[in-house]
Amino acid sequence: MAEVNSGGGGGHGKHDKKRAKKMSTRIDMTPMVDLAFLLLTFFILTSTFNKPKALDLAFPAKPKDTDIVDKTKANGISILITGDDKVYWYPGQLKPESEVQKTDYSKNGLRMIFTNGNSKIIVKMNQLRKEAQGWNYAPAIADSIFKSKAKPIKGDPDALVVLIKADDKASYKNVIDVVDELNITDIGKFAIVDMTPEEKARLLTLK
Amino acid sequence: MPKVKLPRNSPSLDMTPMVDLAFLLVTFFMLTASFRAAEPVVVDTPSSISEVMLPDNYLLVNIDKDGKAFYNITNKNVRIATLDEMGRRYNIKFTDQQKKRFSVMTSFGVPIGQLPGYIDMNEGDRLKFKSEGIPMDSTDNQLGAWVLSGYKQYQINLAGKKQEAEAKKETFDAKKLKLKFAIKADSKATYQSVKKVIDVFTENEIYQFNMITTMEEKPKAK
Repeated sequence: MAEVNSGGGGGHGKHDKKRAKKMSTRIDMTPMVDLAFLLLTFFILTSTFNKPKALDLAFPAKPKDTDIVDKTKANGISILITGDDKVYWYPGQLKPESEVQKTDYSKNGLRMIFTNGNSKIIVKMNQLRKEAQGWNYAPAIADSIFKSKAKPIKGDPDALVVLIKADDKASYKNVIDVVDELNITDIGKFAIVDMTPEEKARLLTLK
Repeated sequence: MPKVKLPRNSPSLDMTPMVDLAFLLVTFFMLTASFRAAEPVVVDTPSSISEVMLPDNYLLVNIDKDGKAFYNITNKNVRIATLDEMGRRYNIKFTDQQKKRFSVMTSFGVPIGQLPGYIDMNEGDRLKFKSEGIPMDSTDNQLGAWVLSGYKQYQINLAGKKQEAEAKKETFDAKKLKLKFAIKADSKATYQSVKKVIDVFTENEIYQFNMITTMEEKPKAK
């Protein structure tokens, strides 16, 4: 503003030393951009990491679901979960001569047992998944249709029935791990039930 | 001799489009992000391959590694109504101010006798407060009462919404708005303590749960 009057003579062009220096209109945007990207990173990370996932689980009604227990006679196995991350299993119903075997939560432990017992269903489910996959990752069928198709496959009478029994020392994580393995191996028929006194006694002899 | 001068190129490039995009994304993520208030309890959940998102309407019970239970329910109006009903049941008067503060709180884990004092605390004190968990013994089953009145008030709220939607001739998807029961337990919690909470639900004829887990990668099918 102070320079307004200084050009009084006018037309002197390059001799006029008092003329304002032409300032660049550019400003350094680096700090602003830094901040913008910092915020961007923060919001991306917090928005994706915050979403909790839910595992669907049904528990039997109080008058014990004897139906599902009876089914284990033919093609069922029981998983016994106890403290110190130990897990045991036996097929069918517990008889004095039946063998309670030790296993673990690794790929070669529980998952092997479930995959072997449920192989027919797994083949069918994989087939269904292939159909559902469609061309170039675009799903050929909708999620709800997939679910309704998967239901009868998982409910097949030949499907493996699993009873999960946890004792007082078992940790919650172990129970969820077993349920997770069941989901991985496409087992839809399972129940979380209380451990019977016979099974508890049997576990004590194994330790 | 005249010096050969190379025209000096400015090393700066036009960042404007990039900055535009960056700010656009910042704005988007800021607006879509939903902030959660600090929880009074830290729960380190186990992981599973489940990809199902937690639905918007839920009644949540947190269980920490010592087996203490914390209660939380979504929807502001339902929270106020639930607190009202619980106050009537246990003969505790809550002021309007307290109800308002309660409606924007997250989960809490104190017996109902301590609740008015707990609500009056400021945010910082509340986080430092050592909650003892909601009692759920058969003699003093407060958690059961919370679950039941929360569920009841939610149903009342839902019925009101349905009427409103019908009056406006809008479609009403009751299935989508159904209240889900979620349990968020620490992986170090014993199964027994989780079972105790599940028993509270099953006594009230609720058998279907969403167990909250963190996601883990699904193993490749052979």
